Amino acid sequence: MLASVWAKVLAVLVVLGAWQLVYLSGWKSSVVFPGPAEVGATLWRQLHDAVLWEAVSTTMGRAIIGFGLSLLIGTLLGGVLSRNKLLRSTFGSLIAGLQTMPAIAWFPFAIIFFGLNTSAILFVIVIGAAPSVALGVIAGTDHIPPLQLRAAKTMGLRRFALYRHVILPASLPTFVSGLRQGWAFAWRSLMAGELVVMVAGTASIGVLLENAQNMSDMPLAISVMIVVLLIGIVVDSVFGAADRQIRRYWGLVDGDLA
Amino acid sequence: MTRCAQPGEFVVTVPTSPRVPQPALKLVGVTKRYGKGPAAVAALDPIDLTVAEGEFVCLVGSSGCGKSTLLSIIAGLDAPSTGSIDSFGRRVALMFQEPALFPWLTAAANVELALKARAVPRGVRRERVARLLATVGLSEFADKRPHQLSGGMRQRVALARALAQDADVLLMDEPFGALDALTRDLLHEELERIVESRGLTVVFVTHNVREAVRLADRVILLGARPGRVAEEFYVPVSRPRQINTADVAELAAHVTARLHEEGNGHRGQ
Repeated sequence: MLASVWAKVLAVLVVLGAWQLVYLSGWKSSVVFPGPAEVGATLWRQLHDAVLWEAVSTTMGRAIIGFGLSLLIGTLLGGVLSRNKLLRSTFGSLIAGLQTMPAIAWFPFAIIFFGLNTSAILFVIVIGAAPSVALGVIAGTDHIPPLQLRAAKTMGLRRFALYRHVILPASLPTFVSGLRQGWAFAWRSLMAGELVVMVAGTASIGVLLENAQNMSDMPLAISVMIVVLLIGIVVDSVFGAADRQIRRYWGLVDGDLA
Repeated sequence: MTRCAQPGEFVVTVPTSPRVPQPALKLVGVTKRYGKGPAAVAALDPIDLTVAEGEFVCLVGSSGCGKSTLLSIIAGLDAPSTGSIDSFGRRVALMFQEPALFPWLTAAANVELALKARAVPRGVRRERVARLLATVGLSEFADKRPHQLSGGMRQRVALARALAQDADVLLMDEPFGALDALTRDLLHEELERIVESRGLTVVFVTHNVREAVRLADRVILLGARPGRVAEEFYVPVSRPRQINTADVAELAAHVTARLHEEGNGHRGQ
């Protein structure tokens, strides 16, 4: 495990090194392409600035609410569809199709409908992420080995008890994958939303990026991007750890010993 | 020797009727058809079968003779096209070729689920699970998950789970087919012991004739396409049995020969 940490550190060092080399080569002016040192200094300053943290908390608040709504709606939708063959054949492909549509295309609709406020952003997050969650629920129930369902039925488990003791736990790994994908869509939609929907009087990551753009402040832009990247990595690794833990529990991880 | 009563003697008659084994399962005219009309495929032709209480019956036949279908029908997982199945109110437990254990539960929890499904109270459950695992010899593995157990151990957990259903009738669909010969022999011994001590009625499906003769009181040969009862053999070998004794081997050879004749005869039609 230590080896993989060193490998990651090495990878980061390589990237920083390459960056420094391109900067030193003078290919672009240092205004447009600052070196890692300058960006690092800006990042450090930002981390000590309350504005950054306020922006992060606003953005994360929206992320949590938006993802939470997606989780709720997606799970309900997926649950209803997985139980009903008719609904599934009619709406299932619609939902899969919805997933292919870039959330950003929903913004004109959202802005006209909700106005330039947070609701528009939340709407687009949900429309981007809920389909993934719903499909995760449906796939979860689909992938239960039929023999396990037969065994459950011969034991006398029916309806609610069958769901509680067999179907829900059996769908968990696939469901968590659906959540992970849903989060990825939610985060993208949120970032796009914060740049497109200018909600008055709030500091958010989108606002910071917009400011950097308006002031042609490249070090600031890159610093904020690094913050966005780190947040994305941290949250995804939480999902990854949950996924691994579940799979280890189930014995789906290869080469696992007692 | 009977004689007439002498004056002054009392005559006491004690009725002693021979104990007739009650039927545990009765199938009458069971058929299974897939599809409709002239294109319909008959998987099972009328099957009449009666299994007595405490009897161990093996259904033997080549692949595709409908033995698994028949078992599903007896278990109530599938409906026959015609005919009736009567289990006289007895509970039926089913075991498959794969253990079909739930991978997120420990061995003990898997067995316990069968008890939970029947609303057995918690205190009683724990003790019963411990007893059942002891019966199949897996007490030390109670906390292991299925992926940490070998194939033979998993089938033993599946057996404990089937026993937990407190059924009088055990239906087994080639449960030892995926195991190696050594594990199979051990499980045959355990199964024989458990079935006898609990007085269970068993219907065991297999394509392995040796296994059928080693285990059964009665071996029923099923013909194929459509499945039907071709012949029956009583196995008069005393228990506990061994798979490699001469009498088992002899009868198995005889049944195998009849099985081949059955297969060839059908192909000739």
